[in-house]
Amino acid sequence: MTTQSPAYIAFSPRRIFAMVLRHWYLLKASWPRIFDLMYWPAVQMLMWGFLQVYISQHSGFFAQAAGAFIGAVMLWDILFRGQLGFSISFLEEMYSRNMGNLMMSPLRPIEFVMALMAMSVIRLAIGMVPVSLLAIAFFGFNLWGLGFALVAFFANLFLTSWAVAILVAGLLLRNGLGAESLAWGIMFLLLPLTCVYYPVAVLPSWLQFFAWMLPPTYVFEGMRAILIDHVFRADLMAQAFALNVVLLGASVVGFLVLLKSARREGTLLQGGD
Amino acid sequence: MSPTEPAVAVDRLFKAYKAVAAVNGISFALAPGSCTALLGGNGAGKTTTISTIMGLVEPTSGSVTVLGANMPRQRHLVLHRMNFESPYVNMPMRLSVRQNLTVFGMLYGVADLRGRIQRMAEELDLSEFLDRQTGKLSSGQKTRVALAKSLINDPEVLLLDEPTASLDPDTADWVRGRLERYRVERDATVLLASHNMAEVERLCDRVIMLKAGRIEDDDTPANLINRYGRSNLEEVFLDIARGTGEAREAAQ
Repeated sequence: MTTQSPAYIAFSPRRIFAMVLRHWYLLKASWPRIFDLMYWPAVQMLMWGFLQVYISQHSGFFAQAAGAFIGAVMLWDILFRGQLGFSISFLEEMYSRNMGNLMMSPLRPIEFVMALMAMSVIRLAIGMVPVSLLAIAFFGFNLWGLGFALVAFFANLFLTSWAVAILVAGLLLRNGLGAESLAWGIMFLLLPLTCVYYPVAVLPSWLQFFAWMLPPTYVFEGMRAILIDHVFRADLMAQAFALNVVLLGASVVGFLVLLKSARREGTLLQGGD
Repeated sequence: MSPTEPAVAVDRLFKAYKAVAAVNGISFALAPGSCTALLGGNGAGKTTTISTIMGLVEPTSGSVTVLGANMPRQRHLVLHRMNFESPYVNMPMRLSVRQNLTVFGMLYGVADLRGRIQRMAEELDLSEFLDRQTGKLSSGQKTRVALAKSLINDPEVLLLDEPTASLDPDTADWVRGRLERYRVERDATVLLASHNMAEVERLCDRVIMLKAGRIEDDDTPANLINRYGRSNLEEVFLDIARGTGEAREAAQ
């Protein structure tokens, strides 16, 4: 055996890569996990796609706004699956009772969070790339054709999904698997408020105030502006980004407070309910 | 940390969960290269003490210092020089042994990781199942893998929480032998929580007896046995746990 301790490194990309590798190994070894990443996005896209085809045959407006439903469901999936990709990777550590090993290792919370962010992108890519190709094949809707706008949509939706997922991770550390249902359901609270399938103007005016406090609302409005009016609304993307910065900052602070509270209450080793 | 400083220093540590005191003002220091057992019945405060030393639990008051760093505030300065093994945590079961050791080796910043895993596999007899899923191993094999993980970074401070629990006598003996060898070769500081008194007598040069969150006694195994007039450590443990220790010690 050697007698040399490894050196102290304050921030280590290698540790981030180690965590990504850990989850990549898990995905590689389990085809049901990979299948699950593609299954629901494909089912959703097909269902909303055919609904759009049916409605557009009976409505001039929807015939003009081709792709509005499919686009909405695919962008919603980025938001939802982005959060889920992060949260499931976090939950995998709790299910396997590995959290104590990680918390006792030199892995820092920010590195852990960055690794989970990378995993959410990888997991989403595994699900969304084939589904986006299916959308072209079945409905002639090319998500990638949105070009730069798609980059802005992606960035803003991912930032929101991570903000929510980081807070959920803090709650899981603090409360154990008793808070698991939040990981699966919290994003659905945003579904009606962020106006995924309809314009903000549909909401009562008092509810519109809350809707405009949520970054994804700007993204879905921006998507409709492109698909219906053929205009890219950079102002909406900038406002979404500003809100996302505030949301992400608040979420990281919340996570650190919950982590400290978990250390105080001794729940880091438990992980149960 | 200077050579004379303790590797681990616990000073008036008090930890309460709501109104219940799990650890009640204990103090002790572990000399570098020593092996100390933390003994006590269920609920005596062993796991809370070890968790606090690992930086997983924040003290209500008092302080814990490991290799000169305050825990948990400065834990990141020393976590790469420590490691632990506990039956309360698992390695990811779907990953192979090699994959798990690769991930933890990277987390601990181990240089020449491939070579290190190869050497550990030879030393701990892991070679034949290095590419098998960790979840498909027997209890004894899993314990060896957990031991490999806990030694992957050549820790200067090693915390062991019941390292041979639920192992057959042969495997348990094998694990003790490896731990003994590691401590001598590395001059590592070992803190061990165990319910196996024979294990403690074999591995440890000092025993700290906890009861209801307080230190009831603190001495070498031989001195404890002698002072309590008993023939082995298990009888001393029972005296202390049942509250008959003081009478026996006075009688001696």
